Amino acid sequence: MTDMLLTHYNYWVVMVLMMIGFYIVIAQGNLVKKLVGLNIFQTSVFILYISAGKVSGGSAPILDDAISVYSNPLPHVLILTAIVVGIATTALGLALIIRLREAYGSAEEKDIQEQNQC
Amino acid sequence: MLIATAIGIAVNRDLLSVVMLSSIYGLLSANFFVTMDAVDVAFTEAAVGAGISPLLMFTTMAIVGRYEKLPHRWSLSALVLVSITGALLLVATMDMPAFGAPDAPAQQHVAPRYIEQSGQEVGIPNIVTSVLATYRGFDTFGEVTVIFTAGVGVLSLLMVGDRATKPLSSHLLKASQHKILRIVSKVLIAPILLFALYVQFHGDYGPGGGFQSGVIFAAAIIVYTMLFGLDSARQVIDQAWVRVMAAVGVLLYGAVGVVSMVNGGNFLDYDVLAKDPLHGQHYGIIVIELGVGITVAAVMVLIYFSFAGRLVDRGHQDD
Repeated sequence: MTDMLLTHYNYWVVMVLMMIGFYIVIAQGNLVKKLVGLNIFQTSVFILYISAGKVSGGSAPILDDAISVYSNPLPHVLILTAIVVGIATTALGLALIIRLREAYGSAEEKDIQEQNQC
Repeated sequence: MLIATAIGIAVNRDLLSVVMLSSIYGLLSANFFVTMDAVDVAFTEAAVGAGISPLLMFTTMAIVGRYEKLPHRWSLSALVLVSITGALLLVATMDMPAFGAPDAPAQQHVAPRYIEQSGQEVGIPNIVTSVLATYRGFDTFGEVTVIFTAGVGVLSLLMVGDRATKPLSSHLLKASQHKILRIVSKVLIAPILLFALYVQFHGDYGPGGGFQSGVIFAAAIIVYTMLFGLDSARQVIDQAWVRVMAAVGVLLYGAVGVVSMVNGGNFLDYDVLAKDPLHGQHYGIIVIELGVGITVAAVMVLIYFSFAGRLVDRGHQDD
């Protein structure tokens, strides 16, 4: 079990972060807060990928004659672009919240649903 | 620490502190990426997670209000659902390879080829840049297009007219009258812009590239906008011009692909851009990284301008 803890702790950190993000998204009513939760969820996935690319004893993937072991560059590429795409989509979400607030006068999920039922 | 910050975000009701915490969270995860050898990713996360994303959230908050309305209750059903999902994931991790294992499946497939061959095939030291620009050039093109589309989406949702002559609302002017902020930012903005250019053109050799430099460049302009007001920023950088630039970046990227097709290669095959394949690769990578940088910077600035424009408009309605 201790063995397991030492070799798999990265997955557990990811899992805890992901669940916190998940909880914020489903349990809380404020739309801005939901987006923050979604960002935490997103970052946990980033961490999962990056930690999967880590090779123990490896160095950053920049070629140099003195280095023979490199970490995996592929996850870095995927996550690098995913972060920038993530902020672009977050901005789109925030823009939607602003429009919702203008239409309903509130950024709370409950208020919006109540107004829709009337 | 990451987990503690995340729990803080979950519990806190004041959106201002939530956003501050999420900024700290971004900086922490950037540090984490450095320890995981992902320097390029850390660059991006530091600029986006700790810089641009909290700024956008602040602006949204200024529009939709700072406090959550409803008292915070622990929702039992949500907790149960989250625990069950967590437990399932925990079971799943039992089958995962150990952390840092060199024989993990992720290390077996194409990665060794990238590490061993890219030096000869592409000829630049930073493997992340060569994979991004060459081996996965199509993906990157798609991602740049997604960013561009998101920028268009934000614009269409928050369209504000070019009413640059309007007087500034008072709370935006306050910051520019704050002496320390004004002087410090004046000292800082020029080096930030220079650093962005360095990151852009040094991306072949060290950590860096179009995505990173784009967000750093945009961050500098956003700082300027925050301190001196939207209108003075619009005087420096015309919004219509930024819009054109966002499209120019994507087109530049696509144009490289078309030029390589005209020269007899495949779409985005840089080998044919010059007589010597290695030189062709260099030209191709520099141009498409430039395209990526221009689009990312322009879209980020554009998004911030539309958010801030909304804020100014609201300020006028309240007066």
